Amino acid sequence: MISVKELTKKYSRNLAVDHISFEVQKGEIVGFLGPNGAGKTTTMRMLTCFLPPSAGTASVAGFDILEQPLEVKRRIGYLPETPPLYPEMDTESYLAFVARLKGVSKSDLPKRVKYVCERCSIGDVRHKLLGKLSKGYRQRVGLAQAIIHNPDVLILDEPTAGLDPKQINETRDLIRSLAGDHTIVLSTHILPEVEQTCQKVVIINKGKLVATDTVQNLQSRARGAEIMQVEVAGRNGNLEAAAVKSRLERITGVSRVSLKQSLDSRGVFEIEGQKGFVRGDLARAVVESGWDLNELRPTAMSLEEIFLQLTQQAAPPAAEALAAQGKQS
Amino acid sequence: MRNVWIIFTKELRSYFVSPIAYLLLTMFAIIFGFFFFVAIKSFVVFGMEQQMRGEMMPMNVNEQIIRPLLSNLSVIGLFFIPMITMRLFAEEKRSGTIELLTTSPLRDLEIVLGKWLAAVALYVAMLLFTSLNFAFLFHYGNPDWKPLAIGYLGLLLQAGCLLAIGTFISTLTRNQIIAGAATFGVCLMLWIFEWVAGFDTSVWAKILSYLSVTVHFDSFARGVLELKDAVYYATVILFGLFLTSRSMESLRWRS
Repeated sequence: MISVKELTKKYSRNLAVDHISFEVQKGEIVGFLGPNGAGKTTTMRMLTCFLPPSAGTASVAGFDILEQPLEVKRRIGYLPETPPLYPEMDTESYLAFVARLKGVSKSDLPKRVKYVCERCSIGDVRHKLLGKLSKGYRQRVGLAQAIIHNPDVLILDEPTAGLDPKQINETRDLIRSLAGDHTIVLSTHILPEVEQTCQKVVIINKGKLVATDTVQNLQSRARGAEIMQVEVAGRNGNLEAAAVKSRLERITGVSRVSLKQSLDSRGVFEIEGQKGFVRGDLARAVVESGWDLNELRPTAMSLEEIFLQLTQQAAPPAAEALAAQGKQS
Repeated sequence: MRNVWIIFTKELRSYFVSPIAYLLLTMFAIIFGFFFFVAIKSFVVFGMEQQMRGEMMPMNVNEQIIRPLLSNLSVIGLFFIPMITMRLFAEEKRSGTIELLTTSPLRDLEIVLGKWLAAVALYVAMLLFTSLNFAFLFHYGNPDWKPLAIGYLGLLLQAGCLLAIGTFISTLTRNQIIAGAATFGVCLMLWIFEWVAGFDTSVWAKILSYLSVTVHFDSFARGVLELKDAVYYATVILFGLFLTSRSMESLRWRS
């Protein structure tokens, strides 16, 4: 549905987007991830034909953004970082105006306005001035204008920025419910958002593509090892941490043990287990040595850690290798 | 054409849902009303003086009231045009709504035309108010309507030029005040260039005075449709709109 080839944007001095290539299949939700200033907005603006690329190109729904911008624009619904609302218009006439702009015919217009109002639950502010709406409603009206012409592709620039937690959840649900009908690209710097809403992630940093893969693949690839947090307590009121550590290290599959926190009779350890590590072994080893096992908790590597790992990698070859891997998978 | 209409109606609406349109209409009507009152009064006083002296000079409503009033109107217009055009693009750039327009399937020229036509329409509404004043002349006197019609055409053309220039300037900034002030400056310059020819006869003075928009209005005020003046106005309008659409395009390269 979207195919980006070597897309580059150069401002007078700096490279905002540096030869980015990726593909998005029909019906997918893709999270566009990166720290602030990574080039997410610039890339999206190029996809929506708002900015022309300095080099490279992209095609949306089979139309090239440089050759046939009008056709591309017809097929894209776009929610910029700040929803493009006219404060002096009311919701309904604004949606009607956008619908006309996007080429919705006069006969379909009332139907479409009604549909997006229901879909984005903004029916109760239909006759309110946009300038008087709360942030959450503004964002939803922004989403409503993006889907008003039933576009093939939705491009959402930080759709949940500035919302409260409840609104964030509602917006995410809304976005998820829109998938299938539409191919969605959304940018964010909030990681749980990607884990919750997206099937695929494109990570960029400083204008460069760092990785592109499914959320699961990224997690399992970056994890490699299983990390456990274990709390052990001594029976008689004190615990010799060193003894516990050396015992834990002898369990098959454990590659590293570190003491995270030590209290009088308790110690919290972090254990890294490689292939062949069995949790039951650990539990048995602790109990059989006469200690109590208070807690045994796997700490899955969150996308957050993967992200930090990927974006902080100083050595570019590693990042490129990862990116290449991502392309294959 | 459909897209131009969509932009046009949206712009015109936003003039009239905000106080801008009403404020401009009122101010324009009051200021022109003052000029109208002065013109009528001096005409009447002049007529009475002549009667008292027993002389009967020919008096002509067209020459003595309508023509100077049309010239007044052309200058008053200069002061109002920046207020009409300053928001056109600057406001959209500031609020980010320009992103909506430029990512919609519209040509830049359609956006520019729609906005410019809305500005022209507001100016026409302002002129309609002045036609009420002129209607009195037709009620109490018997002036020739053709010179007046040509005068209005001239006013429209002149405003079209300045509005096109103002629209162009509005694309250059995201600050409405700057857009307004710059447009005002240009309008004033295009007026005072007219005076240069009065004290200088060099080629430069001729060129400058040719550039003045008010110079080209003289023939319209006299009720004469001069081709060269109409061509001047048409050229400036086209050039202004062309510049505006180029500027919109470059907006993307610069932003």
